[in-house]
Amino acid sequence: MNQYKYLIIGNSAGGIGAIETIRKVDEDGTIAVISDEKYHTYSRPLISYYLGGEIAYDKMFYRKPDFYEKKKVEPILGKKVVKIDFDNNSVILDDQTAIGYEKLLLATGGEPFVPRISGMETYEYSTFTTMDDALKIKDKIEKEDIKSAVILGGGLIGLKAAEGLEAKGVDITIVELADRILSPVLDTQASAIIQKVFEDKGVKFMTQHTISEILGENGKVTGVLLDKGENIPCDMVIIAIGVRPRIELVKDTPVKIGRGIIVDKHMRTSVPNVYACGDCAEVYDFILDNFRLTPLWPNAHVGGRIAGFNMAGVDKEYVWGTGMNSVDFFGFPVISAGYINPPEGQDMEVLIKHIPEKMIYKKFIINKDNNIVGMIFVNEVDRAGVILGLMRDKANIDSFRDEIMLEDFGQIHIPVNIRREKAALEVVA
Amino acid sequence: MKRVVANEDVCIACRLCEVWCKVQHSQSKDIIRAFKKEGQPPMARVHVEEKGPKSFAVQCRHCEEPDCVYSCITGAMYIDEETGQVMHDPEKCVGCWTCIMVCHRGAILRDERLRRIAAKCDLCPGLDIPACVAHCPNEALCLVEEKEE
Repeated sequence: MNQYKYLIIGNSAGGIGAIETIRKVDEDGTIAVISDEKYHTYSRPLISYYLGGEIAYDKMFYRKPDFYEKKKVEPILGKKVVKIDFDNNSVILDDQTAIGYEKLLLATGGEPFVPRISGMETYEYSTFTTMDDALKIKDKIEKEDIKSAVILGGGLIGLKAAEGLEAKGVDITIVELADRILSPVLDTQASAIIQKVFEDKGVKFMTQHTISEILGENGKVTGVLLDKGENIPCDMVIIAIGVRPRIELVKDTPVKIGRGIIVDKHMRTSVPNVYACGDCAEVYDFILDNFRLTPLWPNAHVGGRIAGFNMAGVDKEYVWGTGMNSVDFFGFPVISAGYINPPEGQDMEVLIKHIPEKMIYKKFIINKDNNIVGMIFVNEVDRAGVILGLMRDKANIDSFRDEIMLEDFGQIHIPVNIRREKAALEVVA
Repeated sequence: MKRVVANEDVCIACRLCEVWCKVQHSQSKDIIRAFKKEGQPPMARVHVEEKGPKSFAVQCRHCEEPDCVYSCITGAMYIDEETGQVMHDPEKCVGCWTCIMVCHRGAILRDERLRRIAAKCDLCPGLDIPACVAHCPNEALCLVEEKEE
């Protein structure tokens, strides 16, 4: 049985983050990374850019081709872990190979949530989270005469899919169950602005609707039937409701799970020497001061880094992440982090700047301790990270409260004693 | 590891750092050509923040633990393993602005001249002293080589 000091299941943001930190502190400990996907580590968020033709296939990869070699990592790709034997510290692959570990990282990610819809068994639909999804959709658009698509889900994945398909000249209708798009990420006003950006590109929206049936003829999709009876003709259906943790490997095992794998701030699971990070885990959120799913690329990578440090014996805590998103739709930038509305029952101040003619919208949520706990930036995003830094530092912003909304707000507006980084004042020898 | 630091006590917001950064990152590296004759307007990777009489230049400080690198969704932002500098590969960038979301210094800029990509200080490859430092009249910008605390 092959034996590795560090065994990582998952070859995406979290797994790569872990590899990079392990190699920083342990030059020689053996590492293997397993993925059921056959590809060199690639960036899932780029699939919409690839689909739209904005980037070439060779730009999809997250690290250089010699990454595994340089980091002395054994890539075990295109193999699926079917079982973890926690008693014997080993995993079993689908070809029955057993691989032993000293430290195991579960960075298994998420999988698209697909509701049962009638017609699904007969007519083809796609999800939109993996390279294979993008290749399949691209191929279909190029080979078949795809003129229109219905996307179920008006979240980040659905909207990015729409952006990619729009570039291919496909007519798009987005069907969203909530009363607005991007509802977990943006407030009502901000999501209305983004919806307008898409509508200006010809994308149609059906909010407060869902698909009740995929319709077809002769094996081909011809449309969808919505819950309230509307019929939307289309040649393609994409299901993009969201992702859920991929935790089938640890169901009914000693690894504790909630909605995802339970970890502490050290990214340790309930089983010794087993760690988890990324979309499969419930990780610490510094705004909510609680553990929850935040299936986001940066959070997965940094969570993986922290896991890697701890696996290699360097004590570190993951206190870096919260719900935070930055995305650009058709050249229109949007960033949000933390709360998007004050949580119910809590007395918080809300500052808003809205310039409708420029489609600029900014919002800050400030708690009773004068800490910023939420931010939304629409179409005016420069230096948004200065605010996120203040959120992370729990800085008291009272003395410069009137300035945080300024377009040019930056470090200069922050009193010297609060600036995390005194670089601007640095005395040079 | 090298980085540029600012001293706000002597910065007068003349913005010569911005001017010479633009020149250095132009095609010709010639000040007149850069501003008047090249197809696209030159762009600086440093910007001066001002508030009343206070001012200082902000550019990438090449953090030892760079959140922009860790957060980058494409791998465009990376640490040069030889120099330790935080570098950006424009070819890999798609302009998602995640780096702008996480840079607590506000040092990353948007370059929307050709395609939408991030832009940041690269410490002027090929120069011993970066252009902004070399042309600062007051030594308000200095190149330091040290480990971060």
